Amino acid sequence: MTALLTPQAVGEAEGLERPGRRRQLRNHADRLSWLRRWVSPVLIVLSWQMLSSAGILTEDVLASPLQILTTGAELIAEGTLQSATATSISRVLSGFLIGATSGLLLALVAGLSRIGEDAVDPPMQMLRTLPHFGLIPLFIVWMGIGETPKIALIAMGVAFPLYLNTFAGIRSVDRKLLEAARTLNLTRRQRLRHVIVPGALPQALVGLRQSLGVAWLSLIVAETVSADSGLGYLINDAREFLKTDVIVVGLAVYSLLGLLTDSLVRLIERRALAWRS
Amino acid sequence: MALMTKDPRPSGRAADDRPGRDGAHHAVATVTELHRSFGATHVLKGVDLEIRRGEFVALLGRSGSGKSTLLRSLARLDAAPSRQLQVDGAVSVAFQEPRLLPWRKVEDNVALALANGPLSRSRRTHARRALDEVGLAEKRDAWPGSLSGGQAQRVSLARALVREPDLLLLDEPFSALDALTRLEMHRLVIALWKRHRPGVLLVTHDVDEALALADRVLVLDQGRVAAQWALDVPRDRRRDHVQTATTRARVLDALGVDADIRTDDTTESGAA
Repeated sequence: MTALLTPQAVGEAEGLERPGRRRQLRNHADRLSWLRRWVSPVLIVLSWQMLSSAGILTEDVLASPLQILTTGAELIAEGTLQSATATSISRVLSGFLIGATSGLLLALVAGLSRIGEDAVDPPMQMLRTLPHFGLIPLFIVWMGIGETPKIALIAMGVAFPLYLNTFAGIRSVDRKLLEAARTLNLTRRQRLRHVIVPGALPQALVGLRQSLGVAWLSLIVAETVSADSGLGYLINDAREFLKTDVIVVGLAVYSLLGLLTDSLVRLIERRALAWRS
Repeated sequence: MALMTKDPRPSGRAADDRPGRDGAHHAVATVTELHRSFGATHVLKGVDLEIRRGEFVALLGRSGSGKSTLLRSLARLDAAPSRQLQVDGAVSVAFQEPRLLPWRKVEDNVALALANGPLSRSRRTHARRALDEVGLAEKRDAWPGSLSGGQAQRVSLARALVREPDLLLLDEPFSALDALTRLEMHRLVIALWKRHRPGVLLVTHDVDEALALADRVLVLDQGRVAAQWALDVPRDRRRDHVQTATTRARVLDALGVDADIRTDDTTESGAA
């Protein structure tokens, strides 16, 4: 929070007589609107619970919120939920690492040299038009239905947004800054470190956020198509027995994980881009 | 008196601007018959120029006269052949825009100029001192984005001077500033120049700026040095000083500004 507020605080200190008081007032207003925004979600959950309790919403269509909470607690107590989540996270992690590494490397090659751009960019631009979920049948033919096609699908999904945004970021770096760096006698490596990388970072972080979103989506699709472990397996197994409570618990974990990685990127942005007020 | 001269070493300099320093007559930059073309455009057609240590040279010219090209060649930002262009010692540039790295704090921006120099180990101390010199010591922890235009330009000057350059190239560094800030910057530049004594080449389109600051005023026209004058009026200069006024008339003439509109308040007429 401090990192975010600093540049604003500097700006305010110049223009306002009592910035502290003003911020206090705004925080107060923020808290009120935060509270207001919780009213309708709580009402929806309450009516959902009432519909279930009245027997209008049956359990094979959608379990009640209380039922879902109970099932969630049971799954945690058994350890089923944790192990399923761990399996899914490790898939996303491997896929993300492979995809991110290749996306970033390709972006560097294309971004830093004309020859690299001519070699790398055309195929990447062509491949990115492929809907990557459409590749699933091909992946299954090539790699079977084990872990490999799942990780490959996630890696594909991660590589493209990261490549496209990082490449655009490198190319958008202000040439005048690079010129100034040359007049300061900075070496090529120093220019990369002090000018190109930080200059490309904002756009690359946009890519990171997109790619993490795609990573989770790819995981869900891959696990729904076939899985013998992980969150997707938990959900599909529950489907066979119409256990909607387990399905909802699985979905909740998916979205929680997505939310978590998204706020992780926000945190990185806040710290790394503190210079942008 | 202003001397119309083809000799790049006019005599008769003001003593107050020339404290004795070893190698004061040593050339820090020598440009001989410099030609630069870009595609079919022949921008520089044989420029001769010598800048000595501690000398303040202003380069005037209309747009497209090649003055920026000449500065870029001296800054080694294009591949001008080395026999046409010799620079002895360290070169620093301050550009029209401050060109500070927005993601580095003010002090880090200045310190970065020393990353590869002999002062590398003590670059923080030197950066602080340089910021102190331009009166921005208290801004060293600020982001460049939070500075005003004049402040950012002062940081840019600090970054250029912290390297103790032998040749300081100023590429219209004050043209984007408001008139009052510009006057402050003129004073600052003169003070810094007197302290550090680099050779200075100031590229500008503002005739009065050139007359206020320089020992020598050059007019570049169609890729050649068309004329030059030496000024030995002590600084701060009054615009109505007879030598300044005479030189001003001649510079405007060389720039092709019509005599009829050359009244006293045509400050910006020389602007290209």
